[in-house]
Amino acid sequence: MSDPDAFDRVDLTDLSRNFGRRRAVSRVSLALRRGDILGLLGPNGAGKSTLLSMLATLVTPTSGTIAYGRWNTKEHGVEIRRRLGVLGHELHLYPELSARENLQFFADLYDLRDAGVVERALDQAGLTERADDQVSSFSRGMRQRLALERSLMHQPTLVLLDEPFTGLDDRAVGIVTQRFRGLAAAGAILVVATHDLDVADGLITRMAVMQAGKLLLATDSGTNVRQQYRALVGAA
Amino acid sequence: MFARVALLVLKKDIAIELRSYEIISTTTFFAAACVTIFSFAFTRDDETMAMSAAGIVWIAIAFSGTLALSRTFERERYGETLKALLLAPASRPAIYVGKLLGILCLIFATEILVVPMVALMFQSPLFNRPGMLLGLLVTGTIGYAAVGTLFAAMLVRARTRDVMLPILLYPITIPVIIAGVEGTTALMLSPPDEAMASLWLALLAFFDVVFVTLSLWMFEPLMTE
Repeated sequence: MSDPDAFDRVDLTDLSRNFGRRRAVSRVSLALRRGDILGLLGPNGAGKSTLLSMLATLVTPTSGTIAYGRWNTKEHGVEIRRRLGVLGHELHLYPELSARENLQFFADLYDLRDAGVVERALDQAGLTERADDQVSSFSRGMRQRLALERSLMHQPTLVLLDEPFTGLDDRAVGIVTQRFRGLAAAGAILVVATHDLDVADGLITRMAVMQAGKLLLATDSGTNVRQQYRALVGAA
Repeated sequence: MFARVALLVLKKDIAIELRSYEIISTTTFFAAACVTIFSFAFTRDDETMAMSAAGIVWIAIAFSGTLALSRTFERERYGETLKALLLAPASRPAIYVGKLLGILCLIFATEILVVPMVALMFQSPLFNRPGMLLGLLVTGTIGYAAVGTLFAAMLVRARTRDVMLPILLYPITIPVIIAGVEGTTALMLSPPDEAMASLWLALLAFFDVVFVTLSLWMFEPLMTE
């Protein structure tokens, strides 16, 4: 994360989002700093995905603000998106294209001129051998690894991950968590929304628990996740 | 940068279509079926048959265009790749233009089949003034696809998108279809009424400017929830 122009913190202030009469996110305030791996936890419908979508500039807050350093989405949308990496529920891949074609398309879209960027991403995903196969022929785990590398190949400053461990086997989970730690050590800000509390424990450095759109807890601790979560939300 | 992104999106859409030929085969088949049914539906009164050709051409274009629009965006819905495009550090109107160009390619390909087919089956003098006919087809298709691309992108997350697209699209593009039909009819008169056709052509060009400008302006706010 050697981008000198990048933001070094993200501040959410009184952030709310309504969908019709339903309040998906209610007055959330958080500060994220470089090196953070924030675990965004909560039951289904807690508002985690909406919060990630607002951070990803895809959903506009009904009220409140998000400041990416000194940038805001209204005036600096392109600059912010250049430094965003997003892995969502869906994998943002074209099944008809090969792994290499998918990565090349997004590398071009992000204007990445480094000729080796696609090969490195394929290597990181462990898909060099299958680079020219159509993504539709891949298992869920292979797609997940490819999607993760697709979202990271432009070395984003803010990485938003919604259930990043879905479909990954134990070994792949280990590799991916190591990758996340490496990104954070290099100065990225990671927000990981997950229900997998065992994986989160020991990976995350901070924890935010949401329920019914509200932030119940934001702590600088990333250990004893299950106990803290259970105390707040109930059995997990 | 704007053109580069638009061309990248277009190139990607063409590459995907060339893998399956799914959209082009369904739209051309649908358009051909429309034309065939109409050719049997009309009575064989020579003049009525010939003059109805203009309407049939534009109906086939509108119907198959809707199919192309919904199928193209269905692809972007799967895997939420439209979201990935919107997350890229690229001008969002450039992404709109890329998608529009892809849709235009599909509709133009359909027209290559439909127009000669209508001329043949309806024995109509569609090719009296081929240059002007081409102008009408190009401008009419751009106007139709400009609005269609915006609505199809906007509806991509809606559960009722397949129903809503024609409901929204047809009323707004009626002026384009009418101008296309009237211009094409003027070209089929004997002798062809070039002045009238030029007038409709100018009107279509005006619609294109308005629709494309509005769509470029509205794409980003409409795509941000």
